[in-house]
Amino acid sequence: MSDKDTKEPIIGAGVLRIDGPDKLAGRANYAADNLPANMAYGYGVFSTIAKGKVTRLNIDEAKRMPGVIDIFHHGHFPSLYRTPSSFVQGNKVEETRLPFEDERVYYEGQFVALVVADSFENARAAARHVKVEYAAEAAVANLAQGLDDNGTQAGGGHSRGDAASAFDSADTTIDVTYHTPVETHNPMEMHASVAYWDAQGDLTIYDASQGVVVERNALSKIFAIAPERITVHAPYIGSGFGSKLWTWPHAIATAAVSRELGRPVQLVVPRQQMFTTTGHRPETRQRMRLATDGNGKLVSLRHEAINTTSFTDQYVETCGSVTKSLYSCPDLTVGHETTQVNRGTPTSMRAPGAAPGLFALESAIDEMAEAAGVDPVQFRLDNYAERDESQDLDFSSNHIVEATKQAAERFGWHDRNPEVGSMREGREIVGYGMAACNWEALKRPCDARVSLRADGTVFASCATQDIGTGTYTIVAQAVSDVTGVPLDRINVKLGDSSYPDGPISGGSWATATTLPAIAGAARNALDELKRYATGGNGIFAEASADDLSVADGALRYDGKQASFAEVLDAARYGSADGEAHTEAADSKYSYRSFGAHFVEVRWDPGISHLRVARVVSAIDVGKVINATTARNQVEGAVVMGIGMGLFEATEYDERSGRPVNNDYAEYVVPVHADQPEIDVILLDYPDLAFNEYGARGIGEIGITGLAAAIGNAVHHATGKRIRELPITLDKLMDDVPQAQSA
Amino acid sequence: MRHFDYARAESPQQAVAAHGSERDAAFLAGGTTLLDLVKLDVMQPQKVVDINGVDLDTIERLDDGRLRIGAMVTNTALARDERVVNDYAVLSQALLAGASTQLRNKATTGGNVMQRVRCPYFRDGVSACNKREPGSGCAAIDGVNRTVHAVLGTSDNCIATHPSDMCVAMAAIGATVEVQGPEGRREIDFADFHLLPGDTPAREHALEPGELITHVTLDAPLEGSRSAYLKLRDRQSYQFALASSAVIVRMDGNTIREARVAMGGVGTKPWRAPEVEAALKGKVASEAVFAEAAKRAFENAVAYSQNGYKIPLGQQAIVRNLTDLIAA
Repeated sequence: MSDKDTKEPIIGAGVLRIDGPDKLAGRANYAADNLPANMAYGYGVFSTIAKGKVTRLNIDEAKRMPGVIDIFHHGHFPSLYRTPSSFVQGNKVEETRLPFEDERVYYEGQFVALVVADSFENARAAARHVKVEYAAEAAVANLAQGLDDNGTQAGGGHSRGDAASAFDSADTTIDVTYHTPVETHNPMEMHASVAYWDAQGDLTIYDASQGVVVERNALSKIFAIAPERITVHAPYIGSGFGSKLWTWPHAIATAAVSRELGRPVQLVVPRQQMFTTTGHRPETRQRMRLATDGNGKLVSLRHEAINTTSFTDQYVETCGSVTKSLYSCPDLTVGHETTQVNRGTPTSMRAPGAAPGLFALESAIDEMAEAAGVDPVQFRLDNYAERDESQDLDFSSNHIVEATKQAAERFGWHDRNPEVGSMREGREIVGYGMAACNWEALKRPCDARVSLRADGTVFASCATQDIGTGTYTIVAQAVSDVTGVPLDRINVKLGDSSYPDGPISGGSWATATTLPAIAGAARNALDELKRYATGGNGIFAEASADDLSVADGALRYDGKQASFAEVLDAARYGSADGEAHTEAADSKYSYRSFGAHFVEVRWDPGISHLRVARVVSAIDVGKVINATTARNQVEGAVVMGIGMGLFEATEYDERSGRPVNNDYAEYVVPVHADQPEIDVILLDYPDLAFNEYGARGIGEIGITGLAAAIGNAVHHATGKRIRELPITLDKLMDDVPQAQSA
Repeated sequence: MRHFDYARAESPQQAVAAHGSERDAAFLAGGTTLLDLVKLDVMQPQKVVDINGVDLDTIERLDDGRLRIGAMVTNTALARDERVVNDYAVLSQALLAGASTQLRNKATTGGNVMQRVRCPYFRDGVSACNKREPGSGCAAIDGVNRTVHAVLGTSDNCIATHPSDMCVAMAAIGATVEVQGPEGRREIDFADFHLLPGDTPAREHALEPGELITHVTLDAPLEGSRSAYLKLRDRQSYQFALASSAVIVRMDGNTIREARVAMGGVGTKPWRAPEVEAALKGKVASEAVFAEAAKRAFENAVAYSQNGYKIPLGQQAIVRNLTDLIAA
C-alpha cells in the first residue's frame, strides 16, 4: 500500500480556497485594478427614454470641459461588425446590436454616447454635460403590455401525449398562473473593461468576464481580426451570477475607442446602468395546468411560460426545462414564448429557466397535492420520474428519492400538522414547506495544460475562470490527486484566453468540464516525465516507463524514489508538459442533478413580519470535489433563493422605463440577519457515467425550488397562495387600504 | 470633475463665515448624504465647508437634566453612550436600527438631522421632483412608491418620507436644535425643525441659509419612563423603515400616566402623534386600547398606489412596541 492510499483523499476534501490569501491581501487584481500607463477613462451617457430616437446630441459644452479627450456617439464611432452570436461557434453575445450602431433607443439606460477623459471624475462630469434630445415614442413597459401590443414570439418547447385531453378527463385539476419579476444580478464587482492595442494592432482586454474564450471569439468577429491577436484576461471577478457570461456593449465600446485613441481606456459601468445594459432575469408569466387521477398520479401537465425580451434580441427563459423530466407524466406540454418590451436584453441569471420555472412548477405541485388530498412529500415521491421521459433516456444517476427522504427526516417533516395556520409558537405562526430542486448537468469540450517543473512546482492552466466559486482550488486538487504534489506547490492559472480553451463559468459546467481535461493533462505530463526518467540520461534509465509508479510528487522504481525535480534535473529538462482535450458529454444518459429543500417560515401577523427560520437542503450533484466550496455554493444559492422568494424585484417606472430601485439600498437582497440556519446534506454519489470524477457541478441547483418551498411554507402558515414573487409583507396583509385617486 | 471650493473650519463661527449665505454651499460632516448625492450629481455644491475639525463631538448633561449632544457626535458614539442607553433607550435603539456599522461610524448627529430623502425620483437626477427642481412635479405620486413614501403629511407636491430613525426617537423625546448662524446663535424646537412639504418641498427644514447645527439637546428624560424603538421593514437590516415607532411611557401600575409616540417610515417628517398620546393617557393598558389609539394617527392618512399597507403596518408598529414595552 502506498502512502497515498492511507491519506485522506484530496478529492472531496474541504480544503480552503488557494486564492483566498491573495484576495484578502488585495493582491488579486480585478479588471478595474489594471492601470496601464497613459490610460484614459470612459464614462457613458445613457438614454433617459425607453424608446425613440436621438435627434440631437449637443456635446459642445462637454467637449470643452477639463480633461476631455473625445466624445463618441452614433456618427462618431468606428465601424464594427456584428458577431453571428453563435453558441456553437463560441462567439455569443446577448445584445447583438453594436454600440452606437444607429440613433435608435431601445431601452432606458442604453449607451447613447461615451465620453473619454484623463480621469474618471472628468469623464463623468463631462458626460453629465452632454445634452441629448430625443424623439420619444410610446414604450412597452411590461409583460402585460407587451402581450397586448405585440403578442408573442415562439421560444421552443416539448410535447408528449395529449395533455389537453388528459386534463379534460381527469379527476382533479388545477389551473393557476404564476408571475416572477425582473431580477438583477447585482454582483459586488462592477462590470469593468480595460482595453489597449499594441503597436502590432493586437488587443489586450481585462474584463469582468465569466467566459474569456467566448469573449475573445466574439471580439474577433466584431473587430474582424484573428482570435490569436486578442487576449482577454479575467483572473478574478467579483462574481457575476450570469451577468458576465457574455460580452456587453461597454466592453466592445471600450476596445473600440481605445483603438481610435491609440491609448488604453478603462470603463466601469455605474451601478445604476448595471440594471439596464448588462442583462437581467426577465419577467415571466407561467400558466400551470395539472391533473391527477384518483390515485394522486399526475396524468396531465402543461407549463406554458412567457418571458419578456428586448426589441433587439430574443432571450428565452426556459422555465419548463425541468418540468419535462422531473415528474412522470405521459401527457405533457412545455411551451416557451417571449414578448418584446423596452428593456435591455435579458440574460442568464443563476439557474436560468429553472429558478423561475421551478417556482411555478413546485408551487403548482404543492397546490396539486393539496387538491388531491395527498401530503406534498408523498405526492412527489409518488410522481418523481424514474427515467427522463422527455428524452426517453435513463438518468445517469438519480437519488432524488433519497434526497427527499433524508431532508424530510432531518427537517422533521413528520411533525407537520397539515392544517393551515395550525402550528404556532408564541406570536408566530409556523409554516413548513418543501420543493424539489433540479438542474441539468453539462460537460463541454475542454483543453488544459499541466507542466511538471524542474523547480518542484506544477503549473496548470486552462482558459476557464474562477468566479469566486473555488475553481482554482479544485483544479489544484485534481492536479494533486494525479501527481501527489501538495497544493502549495501547484500553481493554477485561469482566466486568460491565451491558455488552452476552457468553458464559460456558467451553467454549473466548469467542474465537470475542466477537471477531466486537467487530470488528462497531468497524466500526459507524467507520461512525459517517465519517458525522461527512463531515457538516456534518465534517473531510472534501466527501467521502462511502465514499471514506474507515482506518489507524492515523485517517481518510484524498485524501492528507489526520485522527486519530479530530480528526474527533470537528471534529464536536463526544465519541465515535463502534458496537454489534453476532453470531449463533451455523450448522450447515452440524461445527466441531471437532483435535490430537495425543506423550509420553515415564521409569520408574525401582529407586525406583518415574515422570515425564513430554517432550511434543510439535500443535494445530489454526484461526487463532491471540495466539501467546503460545495457547501458554500449551496448555502449561497439558498440565500439567493430567499432573496428571490421574499425580496428581489427590479421595479421599473412604467412611464420612463427606468429601473427605480437601482442601487444596493433599494434593491433588496438578504443581509446576514435574514439568513437562517441552513443545513446542507451533500449525498456524494459519484456519477461515473458522466466523467471520471463523477462530479456534475453545483453552482445553480441550490437556488432552484427554494422560492417555491418558501411559498408553500407561507401557504401552510397563512393560507395564502402568493403566486407573484416576491412574497413581500404587504401581500400577506389583510384589508390593505387602496389609493383613492388614480 | 465638478470643481468646488473647499474650506476647513475649526469653530462654528469659522464654519458659518466660510459658508456664507449662499444656497449652493454645503457643510461636510460625515458625508454619508452629501458625498453620495454629489456623486449622483443631485447636489452640486460650489463650496464645501468641512466641519470635521470643529470641536462639537461631546455629549454633556446639563444642570436641568437635559442632554446636550454635539453635532459631530457620530451615530455609533451616541448609540453607545451610557447616558443615552440608560435614559433614552429609544434613541440608542433607533440609531442602531439605522444604516450599517460603517455608515454609523461616519454619520453624525447634525448630519442625520439633515439627511435627505431616499425617494428614487429625487436621487435619479432626471425625473420630475419638486425638491430637486421646484415646479417640475412629483414623479413618485403615480410612480413606484412602496417603500420610501409617506401616507402622512404628504402633499400633491411631494410624498417622500423623512428617512432618519434617530429623528423619530428625538421627536418622541422632545429636543431643541441649536444653530449658529451669521446673525448669532438661536434655538429651534425639534418639532418645528423639519417642515412638511406643502407647496414648497424644496424647503425641508427651518434653517436659514448659512446656519449650522451645533447641538441637539434632548429634553430631560421623563421620570420613571421606559422607551423603545420598533422598526419594521422587508429585510432585517440595512433598509429604511417601512414603518417604525418610538414610544415612551410612564406607567402607574397598569395605567398609562403619560405616553409619547412618534413614527418613522410613514410621514414626510419625523412624525410625532399627539392624538395617539392623548388616547393612551390615563387608560388601563391593553392591546385593544393601543389599537384604538394607534388608529387615530392615521385618520388623515392618504394611501398612494403602492403604499396603502403602511396604514395598518404603522398601527402595528405602535401596538407591538407598546405591548412589549409595557409587558417588559
